[in-house]
Amino acid sequence: MLEIKNLHASIKGKAILKGLDLVVPAGEVHAIMGPNGSGKSTLSKVLAGDEAYEVTEGQALYKGKDLLTMSPDERAREGVFLAFQYPVEIPGVTNAYFLRTALNAVRRHRGEPELDAFTFLQRVKEAMKLLEMDAEFRNRFVNVGFSGGEKKRNEILQLTLLNPSLAILDEMDSGLDVDALRIASRGVNALRDADHAFLVITHYQRLLDYIVPDHVHILVDGRIVQSGDRSLALDVERAGYVDHQASA
Amino acid sequence: MPDAVEQVVGRAYEHGWVSDIQSDSLPPGLSEDTVRFISAKKDEPDWLLQWRLEALRKWQAMEPPDWAHLKWGPIDYQSIIYYSAPKSTSEGPKSLEEVDPELLRTYEKLGIPLHERAALAGVAVDAVFDSVSVATTFRETLAKAGVIFCPLSEAVREHPGLVRKYLGSVVPVTDNYFAALNSAVFSDGSFCFIPKGVRCPMELSTYFRINAKNTGQFERTLIIAEDKAYVSYLEGCTAPQRDENQLHAAVVELVALEDAEIKYSTVQNWYPGDENGRGGIFNFVTKRGICKGDRSRISWTQVETGSAITWKYPSVILKGDDSVGEFYSVAVTAKRQQADTGTKMIHIGKNTRSTIISKGIAAERGQQSYRGLVRVLKGADNARNYTQCDSLLMGDTCGAHTFPYIEVRNRTAKVEHEATTSKVADEQIFYCQQRGMSEEDAVNLIVNGFCKEVFRQLPMEFAVEAQKLLAVTLEGAVG
Repeated sequence: MLEIKNLHASIKGKAILKGLDLVVPAGEVHAIMGPNGSGKSTLSKVLAGDEAYEVTEGQALYKGKDLLTMSPDERAREGVFLAFQYPVEIPGVTNAYFLRTALNAVRRHRGEPELDAFTFLQRVKEAMKLLEMDAEFRNRFVNVGFSGGEKKRNEILQLTLLNPSLAILDEMDSGLDVDALRIASRGVNALRDADHAFLVITHYQRLLDYIVPDHVHILVDGRIVQSGDRSLALDVERAGYVDHQASA
Repeated sequence: MPDAVEQVVGRAYEHGWVSDIQSDSLPPGLSEDTVRFISAKKDEPDWLLQWRLEALRKWQAMEPPDWAHLKWGPIDYQSIIYYSAPKSTSEGPKSLEEVDPELLRTYEKLGIPLHERAALAGVAVDAVFDSVSVATTFRETLAKAGVIFCPLSEAVREHPGLVRKYLGSVVPVTDNYFAALNSAVFSDGSFCFIPKGVRCPMELSTYFRINAKNTGQFERTLIIAEDKAYVSYLEGCTAPQRDENQLHAAVVELVALEDAEIKYSTVQNWYPGDENGRGGIFNFVTKRGICKGDRSRISWTQVETGSAITWKYPSVILKGDDSVGEFYSVAVTAKRQQADTGTKMIHIGKNTRSTIISKGIAAERGQQSYRGLVRVLKGADNARNYTQCDSLLMGDTCGAHTFPYIEVRNRTAKVEHEATTSKVADEQIFYCQQRGMSEEDAVNLIVNGFCKEVFRQLPMEFAVEAQKLLAVTLEGAVG
């Protein structure tokens, strides 16, 4: 699904990713852990196509296609989804309208007909029920006045409806209490199957109790310094990133 | 992401075509003779001619206003044509069948359902082409309800009492430079009278178009709603694309008597000029309503996307007790457009309330100013005003300015003013793109969200048109 080779990226001239390699096959959940400033969020932004970041070297293939030459919206329509660490507010645009616009953009690209209002509403209702979201969220403006936890849940709502092939979750656990984390993870886990891949970026092991990864990678100073299974995350929680930083 | 902004803003002006219609025009220039000619052409009574001549004399002694945050060179008033009529209507069309087919095609291009059969939308249209009103639809239906909706020139003949009573009663001849000019040379416009207790059965609408070259358009609209009457009135405007500037100096007067309500909506899409600031309409307009009776209500909604210069302050005089004035505005300036627009709310009666919602959007080299006055007079006990004034900037070569004036002479009054300035953030655009929307769609979504409070005041079809116009104006302007 995703194949990253020797990826280098910088922001405002400052190198952040320094030769990152990563392969995420379909059907798998990969967790990226690392200390603050190691480049976790940069990786998610670069994969999503944020133009604030400059790719200076390397390659990222998505389903065999060169991801880095696609515009952000092309990537999204092709099935790459980023759940933002800090979801953005859009005043005056209701959540429902935003979702429908996004969903129809993706569907048109896939050659599927646009959803009529009724079918769309049914789907939104189902997804919101799964995520235990109040109906009023449909008519509230996108992320405006949402608590941190509500914003994160709203990201997962979008994920559920857009049903992307590759979902990148950037610190989805930050700002979530245990209940909210459990509910949001339920949304993610509902999508897990052989056709979906997930890149779960987190600072803390806690999230991985709910979204259990197939592989765990430790990112330090812009490179993957260690990969392993779930137990690696537990080690990190016990010992911290200190050893890894030393070895980087 | 400057590329998409430029694309969004850079779309060509769609209404820039010129109709090939023979017109019957005066040579350029303004003198007493011009005024006499116009008045004679319209078969006007002597009182109106004298009224015009008085206005001309006053105007000649006045200076153009220089206080607005606008830059424009001197206007040569002697090089403007003050009267231009499509030739085929010089006799006056008796029915739609007699209207020049080319003219009908023009309106078709504009998307106006001029033909009654086609006017399923239920909009009665008065179309003003250059200086004269060419057709008014649905007049019979309206007449049955007792509503008078006709060209002002006709009202002068058919309903002289009403015209004489109200013309200039809200915007006096000497109100300002451009109002005085209009009073002297106004050529036509719409007249609308809703009698006591009548709810106008359909939306009324006027479409203005400046077609002839070097022509100024000076229309004058007068709307009167008697006790408990209601009317919703829509106004749209376009002009061909020309390299020279054209002057538009209109006057609109609204009178609402007891318990009456007038809603006046404008979608203004005059040619804005090119990216170097060449050409475009100079839009100097005076619009004012008076809530004369108790519990009356006047609401202005405007979407201003066109014109090289917009100078416009639709206002409400709240004279009746418990009367309500509202102003909802979206103004967009891209390319080198300049807008200085806002409102005046004059609270005279007790318990009068006013609401001002202004949304200014500036892109490219557009300059955008909100100018508003809230005045509460001594006797206006418990007057209330709420003003919200938001500016949205796209890119860093445009500007937004706010000039609020508040004068309160009554201790029980409550006046609130909120203002914000924001930029379309790259993060917002990226967020929408990450959900699959193109950069252009993302910008439109964000801008429409910004304007939502105003758009929802517009009748449905107009709201849709307004959104489209906004998209066209901002095409290519993201960044």
